[in-house]
Amino acid sequence: MLLKDSARFAFHAINAHRMRSFLTLLGIAVGIAAVILLTSIGEGVHQFVLSEFTQFGTNVIGIAPGKVKTGGQPPSGIPTTARLLTMEDAQSLKQLPQVTAASPMVWGNSEVEGNGRLRRSTIYGVDADFTHVFSAKVQIGSSLPREGEGSSRAFVVLGSKLRNELFGNKNPLGARVRIGGLHFRVIGVMAPKGQFLGIDLDDTAYIPAQRAMELYNREGLTKIHVIYAEGASSTTVAEAVRKRLTLRHGHEDFTITTQEDMLNTLSNILDVLTMAVGALGGISLLVGGVGIVTIMTISVAERTNEVGLLMALGARRSTVLGLFLSESVILAAVGGAFGLLLGAGLAQTLRFALPKLPVHTPWSFAVGAILMSAVIGLLAGVMPARSAARLDPIEALRAE
Amino acid sequence: MADASPSLISLLGIERTFLLGDSKVHALRDVNLQITPGEYIAVMGPSGSGKSTLLNMIGLLDRPDAGTYLLENRDVTTLEPDELAKVRSERIGFIFQSFHLVPRLTAAANIELPLILSGMPAGERSKRVAQALKEYGLNERANHRPNELSGGQRQRVAIARATILRPAVLLADEPTGNLDRATGEEVVRLLEALNAQGMTLIVVTHDQALGARAKRQIRMEDGAVVSDVMNSTGTHP
Ligand SMILES: Nc1ncnc2c1ncn2[C@@H]1O[C@H](COP(=O)(O)OP(=O)(O)O)[C@@H](O)[C@H]1O
Ligand SMILES: [Mg+2]
Repeated sequence: MLLKDSARFAFHAINAHRMRSFLTLLGIAVGIAAVILLTSIGEGVHQFVLSEFTQFGTNVIGIAPGKVKTGGQPPSGIPTTARLLTMEDAQSLKQLPQVTAASPMVWGNSEVEGNGRLRRSTIYGVDADFTHVFSAKVQIGSSLPREGEGSSRAFVVLGSKLRNELFGNKNPLGARVRIGGLHFRVIGVMAPKGQFLGIDLDDTAYIPAQRAMELYNREGLTKIHVIYAEGASSTTVAEAVRKRLTLRHGHEDFTITTQEDMLNTLSNILDVLTMAVGALGGISLLVGGVGIVTIMTISVAERTNEVGLLMALGARRSTVLGLFLSESVILAAVGGAFGLLLGAGLAQTLRFALPKLPVHTPWSFAVGAILMSAVIGLLAGVMPARSAARLDPIEALRAE
Repeated sequence: MADASPSLISLLGIERTFLLGDSKVHALRDVNLQITPGEYIAVMGPSGSGKSTLLNMIGLLDRPDAGTYLLENRDVTTLEPDELAKVRSERIGFIFQSFHLVPRLTAAANIELPLILSGMPAGERSKRVAQALKEYGLNERANHRPNELSGGQRQRVAIARATILRPAVLLADEPTGNLDRATGEEVVRLLEALNAQGMTLIVVTHDQALGARAKRQIRMEDGAVVSDVMNSTGTHP
């Protein structure tokens, strides 16, 4: 029997019971729709989170003071002498091969007063390299001056939002602002940058790190960010950073996190999340599959006579098996296609209704959904189809 | 029937028992039959005497527990299931008392079934089906489903389906059992016409008058062939 004819015969049989076939494939459709919708949301969140983190570029290595270890007092009673990260450490890292920028960072929250207005903003203590770390551009004026040109002079570069809030349309360049108890002169304004995980990156002020340590009464840096050349290996650069700082500090009293490691970890977590919600949808798919088993079992019982006849007319057992398998595969695949439309449609609707919720349906999911439903049809059909193929033709012909 | 005639069907010491609960039912006991091509045979006997079992055996739907069955001089008792299916498809035509038409398929589609199962391409099929519809006077009914057909028409569809691949043997198990006398007569004439064209015809019947029309009559009782006679008054010389 030709494959085309098997499919046509199976389709005919499905069509002969339109209502119950429709309800059966609806079970699969709802399952596939649930999987598509949930994984689309999962994938959307995945892409959203990753893009949030990669907006600073992916070739970043972060160094934080202290090594992740058991906290509290050492049992000996002698305090550990973990050295702080210093401006000199940052300067030293700038000299490493492949490293294109290294910016110290100290941050805090302070009131900023200028043009007679007052606003609480995030203050970043940085150096001239900070534009690399934030992948940000100076819109007007200039960035903080480099080391040796007086990097700790009381200059400030304003984030675009802070500038608007304090100065409106007035030219802020050269104006004096007070941050906490210190006075600064505005030398530049950053281009708008947007948000990072809900934090406004424009409601900021960038001042020299030395000044920020003064402001927040800190002796060391909160962090150092190292940017390396595109194409360089993150592990090589991280290793070089580790060697240099260990040499300077005497031992490893800092923690290195490469952006690449972090993104990979994050991506893995998000993948697991997507799979988990997909598995949740898979439960309804399972129910749909059971529906197919049920309806095919009923169908075989109803058509016992027909099976006997087909065998009397010269059908092989494998032909009978193929006919019933085609039937369940067609049911499931049509249900899958239907569910795909339903799921993708719901995902699109969700995108319009809740533009904030990231939803993304990749093509691979669509193809996967159809394949998955066909496989479900195959699995669901095996048991009933085998029982049909194993029927004794004489008994089958006598059944009534 | 000269001894020199080639043998179509040769049954030697065929035995078939069924288990019904704890008891054994001897459906066929030591059946020996020689059937030559083109014969017209009526199988008669009381209900439960093994007539259907014999027909199923000849039609390769059943296997004997003992004995040898040669179909066209080939031992078919040892064939694989797929080979049996092929022989059934090419050499055997079945006609049943209850017609066994597929209810969702039209008359034409029912007739087409054996062609589809044999893997014939669609173009060739439609030619053959059109021809069969014409031969059996079913042109008007081609697109009707079985429930829209009369009993006689249904059995004609079933005969068209059984003969569309020109089998060597036509096996009819009480083909007129569900039909009124006139319609049954019509169906029998149709079968006899096919026999006249050379197809071997074996009919199981309860109807004495019908059985008397066959050239050879086999009587069965309790699974055994009790008489096997040539009838000089058969409709065919
Ligand atoms: N599949 C079966 N299982 C058990 N017993 C059977 C089966 N088929 C037939 N028989 C028994 O075999 C005997 C012959 O049956 P059958 O050939 O149908 O008789 P007939 O067609 O002459 O009425 C009967 O006693 C019947 O009950
Ligand atoms: Mg019978």
